[in-house]
Amino acid sequence: MGAYIIRRVFAAILLLIVVTMITFAIFFLVPRLAGETSTQLAAQYVGRDPSPAALAAVEKNLGFDQPLYQQWWEFAHGIIAGRTFHYGPDASVCNVPCFGYSFKSHLPVWPEITARIPVTASLAAGAAVIWVISGVSIGVLSALKRGSVFDRLAMGLALAGVSLPIFFTALISLALFSYKWPIFPNLQYVPFTENPALWAKNLVLPWVTLAFLYSALYARLTRAGMLETMNEDYIRTARAKGLPERQVVVRHGLRAALTPIITVFGLDLGLLLGGAVLTETAFSLPGVGQYAVQAIADNDLPKIMAVTTLAAFFIIVANLVVDVLYVAVDPRVRYS
Amino acid sequence: MNRRTRQQEQPQGTTSPVLGGAPPSDAFLCVRGLRIHFDTDDGLVKAVDGISFELERGRTLGIVGESGSGKSVTSLGIMGLLRSARARISGEVWIDGEELIGADADRVRRLRGQKMAMIFQDPLTSMHPFYSIGAQIIEAYRAHHPDAGKKEARAHAVEMLDRVGIPQPASRVDDYPHQFSGGMRQRAMIAMSLVNDPALLIADEPTTALDVTVQAQILDLIRDLQKEFGSAVVIITHDLGVVAELADDILVMYAGRCVEKGPAEAIFSTPQHPYTWGLLASMPRMNRERQERLLPITGNPPSLIRIPPGCPFHPRCPYADRTGGSSETVLPELVATTDPAHTVACHLAPEERRRIFTEEVEPRL
Repeated sequence: MGAYIIRRVFAAILLLIVVTMITFAIFFLVPRLAGETSTQLAAQYVGRDPSPAALAAVEKNLGFDQPLYQQWWEFAHGIIAGRTFHYGPDASVCNVPCFGYSFKSHLPVWPEITARIPVTASLAAGAAVIWVISGVSIGVLSALKRGSVFDRLAMGLALAGVSLPIFFTALISLALFSYKWPIFPNLQYVPFTENPALWAKNLVLPWVTLAFLYSALYARLTRAGMLETMNEDYIRTARAKGLPERQVVVRHGLRAALTPIITVFGLDLGLLLGGAVLTETAFSLPGVGQYAVQAIADNDLPKIMAVTTLAAFFIIVANLVVDVLYVAVDPRVRYS
Repeated sequence: MNRRTRQQEQPQGTTSPVLGGAPPSDAFLCVRGLRIHFDTDDGLVKAVDGISFELERGRTLGIVGESGSGKSVTSLGIMGLLRSARARISGEVWIDGEELIGADADRVRRLRGQKMAMIFQDPLTSMHPFYSIGAQIIEAYRAHHPDAGKKEARAHAVEMLDRVGIPQPASRVDDYPHQFSGGMRQRAMIAMSLVNDPALLIADEPTTALDVTVQAQILDLIRDLQKEFGSAVVIITHDLGVVAELADDILVMYAGRCVEKGPAEAIFSTPQHPYTWGLLASMPRMNRERQERLLPITGNPPSLIRIPPGCPFHPRCPYADRTGGSSETVLPELVATTDPAHTVACHLAPEERRRIFTEEVEPRL
């Protein structure tokens, strides 16, 4: 078990390295393959009509004059050991973990991103609580009352939930509950530490909007899983033992049906922590997802690298946690 | 003759008893005119169509028949485990003077596992893969002993595992079903079903999924435990070898009906129904010449939606032409043979039946 985890951690680190390499390559090689020189690439980050001297300085400052592998090496080195940047005569020390300075704003990337993680985490965690509770319970009830009016309504709603895009449901919910009936007016993110009540109140709409999609997915998943497990022989055994029906459903049926849902949940949560792009954009939440959109629009490599690395990190960690948790969930799974 | 017996049985089979009425006999388990039909899109499936039997504590009844003859449905019906909204159950099931059909579902639930328990065909799929053997036995015990502490329940679980012959029960109690071998699992299953000392144990094909070498051990175990606990046992099987081993009485089912019923010795020594003859002839035996082929019953069991009119067995019965045509039109009723405990539902005249058996059937067995 211990050896297994160590092996998985090493694999995760390797995977992270590969992810940063690929992102790096896409950023630099795509314009290069299109015939752009590093000077032309640098021109994006200088004012209009720059002098050749200014262009050369920017090219040197951003490190574009170095070979690609060296640029990547310095990037990776910065994350692990920090990095010193030389802008002409000045030198600035960028502390661990150093993701460099934004090409556009020249502000350090890491503090900007850490300031945004709580926003994204608040959104993801709150929505996750809502969608797990509602999705799983609706799925269980639907399965137990298969074919009933409740089942049909719930599954119809779930179909809507999985089909409607977030930017649509988000704008509708904003139009209805923030403008037409201003139950949640002036939505803006308030840190939890500042005002927990307002934090929660202003996040209700984003939570519900995001949870609607995932609830629908989880309700369908749970329903399918329950329909399958409730037909298993061991459910008949549980009933033959004289257990109350609720215990049969929860301890025997749901327990078995939840296993695949735990896997999906870990991955979904990891994915969302890397930035809920659509929801954050629709509700103007200053989270990681919004930051990523800005970074891509600006062609701002350090920001893109930071966001990608962070997202990959969360997904890999979530994957690892799910795999390890599986032992606790299903005793038949053993690591060798 | 047929007409008269039919009229006698009819009211018993169709009328439901008034709740709180008296049991029809003082037997421990008394099943009268049990009918279990399912409404399906293709039509009414008559899985069980009028089964009656009685069973005392300490006795074993073997219910024998092909797949689809309604044996398992009968047992699930007695246990109250048929939950389909499409199941139509009528008739009477009395256990220890208490009527189960039409009784409050929660009351029947309390009897399950406590007064009547069941073991199933495949112990691997019948145990929950995520809980240890011990946890599952403890759960069965505490379901009927809500005041029992965890330690007490665990001690019971270990004791039961010991009694069904599981070595080192104190450590194996924490194993999961997949860590047990097939025979061990069935032992654990038996331990779980007997943990509340039920007066009735229903074993539905308890050895079918097991290795041949383990089958005999499990049958021995069931017999020993029955002696120890003094419970009534219903053993459901398609294997006459199993009932020969265990049963005091045998009920042969065909297409949801009882075709022959009687003491085990009588069924094996003087079987009366051509279907029973067929079952016996298709059973492998050591004392048979090796070149001799086993004799299968020709044809297939009928669809339970379209059960043949008259005797349901007549399309497959090699002697149907000797009944003067009545087998195709009249449903035979169970009537006593020379032994009043041994009944058979067959149109063949008793003398004719005896002659066919001694002259044509017995030499082949």
